[in-house]
Amino acid sequence: MATMTYLQAISDGLRQEMRADQRVMVMGEDIGVFGGAFKVTDGFIAEFGPDRVMDTPLAESGIVGTAIGAAVVGLRPVCEMQFSDFIACGFDQLVNVAGKMHYRQGLAVPITVRLPSGGGFSGGPFHSQNPEAWFMQSPGIKVVAPSTAEDAKGLMISAIRDPNPVCYMEHKHLYRRIKGEVPDGIYETPFTARVAREGTELTIVTYGAMVHTALEATEDLDGASVEVLDLRSLVPLDTEAILASVRKTSKVLIVDEANRTCAAGAEVAAVIAEHAFEDLDGPVTRIATPDVPIPFSPPLEQAVLPSVDRVKEAARELLAY
Amino acid sequence: MATETARPPVAEGPDAQHLTRDDRVELLRYMLLMRGIEERAMNLYRQGKVPGSFYDGYGQEAVSAGACFAMAPEDRLCILHRDLAAHLIRGVTPTRILAQYMGREGGITRGRDGNVHFGDKEVGCVGMVSMLPDMMLVATGMAMAFKAQGQQRCALTWFGDGSTSRGDWHEAMNWAGVQRLPVIFILENNQYAYSTPLSQQFAVNPVERAAAYGFPGFAVDGNDAEAMFEAVRQARERALAGDGPTMIEAVTMRMHGHAAHDDMKYVPKEQVEEWRQKDPIERQERRLVELGVDVDALRAEVKAAIDAATEEALQSPMPDPATATEGVFCTDPEPDILGDGVPRWSGFLKGA
Ligand SMILES: Cc1ncc(C[n+]2csc(CCOP(=O)(O)OP(=O)(O)O)c2C)c(N)n1
Repeated sequence: MATMTYLQAISDGLRQEMRADQRVMVMGEDIGVFGGAFKVTDGFIAEFGPDRVMDTPLAESGIVGTAIGAAVVGLRPVCEMQFSDFIACGFDQLVNVAGKMHYRQGLAVPITVRLPSGGGFSGGPFHSQNPEAWFMQSPGIKVVAPSTAEDAKGLMISAIRDPNPVCYMEHKHLYRRIKGEVPDGIYETPFTARVAREGTELTIVTYGAMVHTALEATEDLDGASVEVLDLRSLVPLDTEAILASVRKTSKVLIVDEANRTCAAGAEVAAVIAEHAFEDLDGPVTRIATPDVPIPFSPPLEQAVLPSVDRVKEAARELLAY
Repeated sequence: MATETARPPVAEGPDAQHLTRDDRVELLRYMLLMRGIEERAMNLYRQGKVPGSFYDGYGQEAVSAGACFAMAPEDRLCILHRDLAAHLIRGVTPTRILAQYMGREGGITRGRDGNVHFGDKEVGCVGMVSMLPDMMLVATGMAMAFKAQGQQRCALTWFGDGSTSRGDWHEAMNWAGVQRLPVIFILENNQYAYSTPLSQQFAVNPVERAAAYGFPGFAVDGNDAEAMFEAVRQARERALAGDGPTMIEAVTMRMHGHAAHDDMKYVPKEQVEEWRQKDPIERQERRLVELGVDVDALRAEVKAAIDAATEEALQSPMPDPATATEGVFCTDPEPDILGDGVPRWSGFLKGA
């Protein structure tokens, strides 16, 4: 065990898997000599060389498309988008080529696409997005979103080992803010939900950075017993864990940092409405970023991103319902 | 028309040096098979047995036949929609192709995808997606993997004149040039993209842009299977020698409509007539007749093979609706990667 930041844990997962499996390579813009915009692959090129730590041209479609080609002839590429927002430029290759390949012709595309996502530090409309739901709507692509250092490493290893395209959502606001004990060596974290805190009166379903917002908001909420469910994986979605928690507490608050309409939380709400209607003692409640581009200036950004206070308020209302 | 940077343009015409008599017969065989299967599929389409739409490569048979013949079993390909001969040369049977067109369980995609949208992974091919020219990047990635692992292998893909206008074309050309990858790009210039003529597609012919990406581009007579073979054979040699990508413009003509529904009113009659004189199959036949080959017997052989394949394909069941949601994800942690094709050119048999 070692204490690591979320960012160090991602690096550790990548490094361990590159040591364990010669087929694994990382590729992206400025990831080699410079070590990546966020330094996730700092020092990698010295250990693994430029063929396995590849500085690419500024071309996101190129990154995803060539990774697909490399994967079908036997490599296990891990692509870095410098910011998740840029996956819009590689969307077609991911959704149409990678996502549909196995269904169409039984050919596996084991690629991992790292997507540094999320807001909270004036990244503005093009460096703050949470595009995970785009890929939930795209058959054939898995989507994971760790919230802790331990899961950041374990999910990285599981994503690389998964024989499918996996979008690995790494929240930029957690990179250096979140620290935790991380097991040594190789371990895999399953694509299932995790109970971040047990509780009996209310369930908060969330993932990524919002797990910490939810934990902070309900740490001492007038003595209420609040369960926080960290989804960890959006595709596949752990509906069993969601329903089990809701059946236990009968009240549910869903928190997304992504834009509200058709966000991951909307699917969670639908699952609950369909399968746990009889178990509910209050309305399924959602908090999400309204459907706006993420604004740059701090007061504007803070006005749209879900905050500890908003979660507190919604939780209190629901507890009192 | 063509620009070259490193070598003189590829010579056109018969390639006596590298093709044996049998090789030259095989080239004709695969062109005949392609044309025959597509004609048969068109009939099946008219009978309502081929759902959706139907695309063919009538008049362009030499482009895929000649090019694929020069690719080794360990090479890898992304095959486009007018290149049926490449599938046949790699080793896909006519039965599976016809079953594919009809959406049957016995087709390469087992009814999951239609018409020419297939690639048989067992023989090293990735099926195209509709979005053109996405496969250029996939082929580039294969070549990237070959180079990164120090393997003596090459990737190849085709694309149309229309698809050169999209951004992925640039990304692939640039990437392949920057990394000097063992990849061959074949521009299938058939004069039209659906109804759009070249004059509305680009101001500078794409083959002339190759030099700007740092590698050579050559124009070849795309209606001459032997010239196509020789161009690709040389490009492959360059690739394996570490000299990087090559772009080849196969100058040809789309002799049918874009798809079965298209009467191609927008194409002047004289243009079609002019190209009819350059039919790639007749051209190869004339050569072989001179060599004393019994071309009629070959035609009969091919027709019999297609008749038998049609019967067999019609026996293939439609896919079971209960399986429609299966197979979206791969569940095998160590899935198969692309396999090898069949060696066809005598040059590979000698080497083996
Ligand atoms: C990105 C994209 N846009 C539109 C289409 C629809 N479409 C299918 S084929 C075609 C024309 C393609 O022309 P070209 O690339 O020259 O190939 P050809 O069909 O002539 O062989 C069009 C517009 C497509 N397949 N892909």
